Amino acid sequence: MARPLINVPAKAKKGEVVDIKILISHPMESGQRRDNSGQPIARDIINLLVCTYNDTEVFRAELFPAIAANPFLSFCTVATETGTLKFTWTDDHGTVDTATAPIEVT
Amino acid sequence: MIRFFVVALLAFAAVATAQKKSGYEFSSRETQAMQDDDAANPGFLWVQQGETLWNRRDGAAGKSCADCHGEANNSVRGVAARYPVFAPEAGAVIDIEQRINRCRTEHQQAKPLAYESDDLLALTSFVGKQSRAMSIDVAIDARARSTFERGKTLFEQRQGQINLSCSQCHDDNWGKQLAGSPIPQAHPTGYPAYRLEWQTLGSLRRRLRNCLIGMRAEAPPYESADYVALELFLMARAKGLAIDTPSVRR
Repeated sequence: MARPLINVPAKAKKGEVVDIKILISHPMESGQRRDNSGQPIARDIINLLVCTYNDTEVFRAELFPAIAANPFLSFCTVATETGTLKFTWTDDHGTVDTATAPIEVT
Repeated sequence: MIRFFVVALLAFAAVATAQKKSGYEFSSRETQAMQDDDAANPGFLWVQQGETLWNRRDGAAGKSCADCHGEANNSVRGVAARYPVFAPEAGAVIDIEQRINRCRTEHQQAKPLAYESDDLLALTSFVGKQSRAMSIDVAIDARARSTFERGKTLFEQRQGQINLSCSQCHDDNWGKQLAGSPIPQAHPTGYPAYRLEWQTLGSLRRRLRNCLIGMRAEAPPYESADYVALELFLMARAKGLAIDTPSVRR
């Protein structure tokens, strides 16, 4: 399940407030749990998600333990011009993933 | 008096048709909202993956699911509403997971997928999603009868250290609270389901194991035919309810 589910309206009017939703597949291991042999399970969470709209940052979230697996984030932005929303997120291993969604503004 | 007694006994024997409710109706509004929005329902991560796998060639035969079945919304629509079914070539009643694995070994000449692996859950939820909103209608013909009876026996038989049967909760006490949440009627409309407790998608087999462990009974291994018998009985019992795979449950 490498790919996230991204929900961005395909078309919007200029100046319209649009809902953006993203659901990322990730275990969000809190670091508080132990495995069957009693060893602590290392923390592994997405700690940062940034969304840019045509290279301008419109949303940034820092995430912490105690956020459930497969985190879902929803926010609003103003449709200004036709282009691309780019989501970039980083986990505790330093892995950086990206995904994009197009938006057409009329 | 005797007549009254018989009527009363029948009323307690099973959930009456008019009162039949999907597990969805026992969920909180928040959980229902999560299920209703395909963008917020984490089960769709697996459905999306299932669509990729459906079109991916695999095995020595180099065939994908789509090479034989074509578009899933035509070919496997309704499957989740009528499974488990008796498969003559298997000589037994099989569920969707077993059907997928039979397709893999026989037609794709690929290795079967492990129970609860993401790939098997992805394919099962993708197939299941094609039947969304369709009414459950499982056929119990002569060949499936013995499996159905086995499932019924398992459902009604007391077992485990606390000597409890499935029926005592789900027929006699549904709607009451157990550990902070309502006891549902055990209609498997939404499997594979995303359970918040699991933080992942899981099959009906996994859910049945959960109940068995809660009853402090010994859960048979995943391969056991007893799960298929229970699945068949439960699906027949849920006749008429709508499929809502992939569902979100607490």
